Amino acid sequence: MSAIEVKNISKNYYSAKSGKFAGIGRNPLLGEDQTKSISTKETGISFEVEKGEIFGIIGPDGAGKTTLFRILTTLILADSGSAAVDGFDVVNDYKEIRKRVGYMPGRFSLYQDLTVEENLNFFATVFNTTIEENYDLVKDIYQQIEPFKKRRAGKLSGGMKQKLALSCALIHKPSVLFLDEPTTGVDPVSRKEFWGMLKKLKDQGITILVSTPYMDEATLCDRIALIQNGQFLKIDTPENIVRQYKNKLWAVQSDTMYKLLTDLRANNLTKNCFAFGDKHHLSMDNDQLTTDELKALIEKSGHKNVIVQEIEPTIEDCFMQLSQG
Amino acid sequence: MNNTPQIKSGKVISAVNLTKRFGHFTAVDNISFEVERGEIFGFLGANGAGKTTAMRMLCGLSIPSGGKGIVAGFDIESQTELVKRNIGYMSQKFSLYDDLKVWENIELFGGIYGMKDNEIKEKTDELMKVLNFENERNKLVGSLPLGFKQKLAFSVSIFHSPQVVFLDEPTGGVDPITRRQFWELIYDATSKGITVFVTTHYMDEAEYCDRVSIMVNGKIEALDSPRNLKKQFNATSMDGVFQQLARKSTRKAD
Repeated sequence: MSAIEVKNISKNYYSAKSGKFAGIGRNPLLGEDQTKSISTKETGISFEVEKGEIFGIIGPDGAGKTTLFRILTTLILADSGSAAVDGFDVVNDYKEIRKRVGYMPGRFSLYQDLTVEENLNFFATVFNTTIEENYDLVKDIYQQIEPFKKRRAGKLSGGMKQKLALSCALIHKPSVLFLDEPTTGVDPVSRKEFWGMLKKLKDQGITILVSTPYMDEATLCDRIALIQNGQFLKIDTPENIVRQYKNKLWAVQSDTMYKLLTDLRANNLTKNCFAFGDKHHLSMDNDQLTTDELKALIEKSGHKNVIVQEIEPTIEDCFMQLSQG
Repeated sequence: MNNTPQIKSGKVISAVNLTKRFGHFTAVDNISFEVERGEIFGFLGANGAGKTTAMRMLCGLSIPSGGKGIVAGFDIESQTELVKRNIGYMSQKFSLYDDLKVWENIELFGGIYGMKDNEIKEKTDELMKVLNFENERNKLVGSLPLGFKQKLAFSVSIFHSPQVVFLDEPTGGVDPITRRQFWELIYDATSKGITVFVTTHYMDEAEYCDRVSIMVNGKIEALDSPRNLKKQFNATSMDGVFQQLARKSTRKAD
């Protein structure tokens, strides 16, 4: 039995203000200026998460990540399809699911007027347990904020709020943890630390469904789903997704990087060219080109100190290729 | 209030021993740096390093406890209103009014910055062309995709031709293609002489800056071009540089 099973789930919202549909398993036919929902059966999304797996939902704001989390945590009902968590149906067995899952919403949702300790105590009590009973599970995380346990949650920094929220989501020893964008707006060092904590939780057998807009975090998941506009572009291990990249990919550099970008974009042979830190990632229509030929081609337009290397794509390269269809 | 600019030179921002204390806590601790006209200056640091506090002082929103700062030629302590008039600001959270149409947002912000009606009209036409937004002109901003909104918000933040624009995590949560298109708009703005002061948590974006400063515990611990910083810290990427510096952070605060 999988920890999470999702079959043809869809949930479409119509926002009168934006005149658009949002949600998950979105029907691409539901565009602008259509006020009526039409059958979405064929466009629902499906996936399974194994026990003890870290499964990442990776995509930009507005892709439908939060809608999916709310359906699985039994907070909203899907329009169609079915889903089960720990073998329990999200509609019929919602009470059972709520006992077993931990949920850290994207927006900070603890009680701002309660102290750190009071918040944790409150969540433990709601789930009929005590801090002491499951202290082992939250110890690593909670110890970092314990010096501030008398401080009100509203007065905590962003990083500390994140740690308190994770502690509260864990205090009843859930079997499945739902983390909706836990690292958004968090600096790269704290993000690394946070993923270290997730690895430890995984080692204790907890299944984790986590969403993030940061593509570099994808490689820290066992499997990922790339999501855009309410649809999955791909579900697989990060390694397999990288392997399935369709073209040869080069990293190119010269002394004048912005000119290099515009020059390459203007070139007829260029398929795609995007800035990637101090390099540009380039794919050409012709994969037979050699590195030397490409270098000569770039030097012809007056570039100095040209470096061309064939490279392995990143998840971000893959996302861009897949999202362009 | 004294209306004359304090300095006339290539420096758009200059901070000398800038400090902000809240009670016993020193959020920004004696920082000094300069930003040249037309430069893209990346302002990095871990959560809690003091970036937001420093940025609020540079925007004239918070008065320094010590030190001196000149932004767009005006003193950030005694000429805060003139500072505000001569800068642009955009953050991830604040974009535009969803319930106003594209042209209405532009007119509102242009008006707030004291632009004349005909100037607003002319520049709006021009902007709609450049952004390829002519069909969106009469649409509510709320109906635009996030990427469009970000581009429009940036364009509005520099609509009154400020000397410098402050961008606070402008690309958070945006898809990878739009994120890159956004940086192309930044390059375009600097080619017109606008100075860009930007914070980001995407380390690949740090590479797009001319110079980058990294704050740790309220102090600027490193400041140089990405190339030189990587050399100095023997790292292959800005992420490597950042990880080495920010690990020194003793602050758990945000």
